[in-house]
Amino acid sequence: MKQGTINFIFKTADDSFIFGHRNSEWTGLGPFIEEDIAFASMAQDKIGHAWVLYKMLNEHAGLDDAEKLAFYRDINDFRCAHLLELPNGEYDFSLVRHFLFDEAEFLRYDLLLNSSFAPLAHMAKKFKGELKYHTMHAESFLIQLGQGNADSNTRMQKALEAAFPYALGLFESYEGENEVIADAVFPGEEILKNKWLERIAPIIEQANLKMPDLSTQPVFGGRQKQHTEHFAPMMHEMREVSSTDPNATW
Amino acid sequence: MKSFDPRINRIQPAEDTTTEMKAGESWITFEVFHQKKRGDQHIHVGSVHAANATQALLFAKEQYARRLPCANMWVAPTDAITSFAYSDDDIFTTATEKDYREAGGFKVRDKINAFKKTLTENQK
Repeated sequence: MKQGTINFIFKTADDSFIFGHRNSEWTGLGPFIEEDIAFASMAQDKIGHAWVLYKMLNEHAGLDDAEKLAFYRDINDFRCAHLLELPNGEYDFSLVRHFLFDEAEFLRYDLLLNSSFAPLAHMAKKFKGELKYHTMHAESFLIQLGQGNADSNTRMQKALEAAFPYALGLFESYEGENEVIADAVFPGEEILKNKWLERIAPIIEQANLKMPDLSTQPVFGGRQKQHTEHFAPMMHEMREVSSTDPNATW
Repeated sequence: MKSFDPRINRIQPAEDTTTEMKAGESWITFEVFHQKKRGDQHIHVGSVHAANATQALLFAKEQYARRLPCANMWVAPTDAITSFAYSDDDIFTTATEKDYREAGGFKVRDKINAFKKTLTENQK
């Protein structure tokens, strides 16, 4: 497997893994029981996506097994976008992050249906339903709260503006992207970004929210393995149990 | 950005906070009906709280279709359901014996077995 493809799979996996973990922090603390269950369940789905991608790196690129890549890899090797490692804050932020990320994920896997790398195309087909549900859930909340009252609308608008520069950072290029595009593994982050903007604009409008300024400076760095101050403490907490006995079997 | 994680920071409600609930302000409940496979009847499995019917369906999926096969789901606002009062449950008692109305009253199994027997005998 070429290095570009490895990098592509790594960053896609890290995004799902870190997002899944962050969202799982809401388990038991969600705003109401039905949403608590739905949000936790989607967080599990994301960890599942990461697992499949890490396994792909193990099986097709000869890297460590999925558990090692997730729990014992040097944290300086992670390439998740900053959007996903930010702390949860208030629920409006988590919902908006979920909306911005999952719309991009849905489109990313839609493009991967035609990937020249068969395991990715196969995975895209298999996970289409889960990703569709994630976007339905995100959209329903964006619209419900955007259209709700002045308070909910203001909160969603603020969260949207706070998250947007970070969401643009999802589409940061990475080492070997040209190769990935040339080999038709994935058509590229720029194409995905344009499709994403096209898709989210009417939903944001329907939710009575304003599209943030598109000329805003994206928050890059994640794909270059640079992270925010929030990343290391989160990884430390995540690995607290497994690191007490790395050879334990579950 | 502060975390809501209780190990990090518990929300401290303002001391003078008083909450008054008005009728209809709180979310309503929806009854959930689950269909195992196409063609089957939708079977009532429980209820969910939701702000609207679309969200009720989305929550119903995670709560009632996560652990078993599902072809389709329905939700209906709970207050759209009309029911008998339990105090009227005496209407369900039958005064005289009418077991011919009950499914068990039909001796179908015997007829089916007899039919099957003739089939196998014809094949011989």
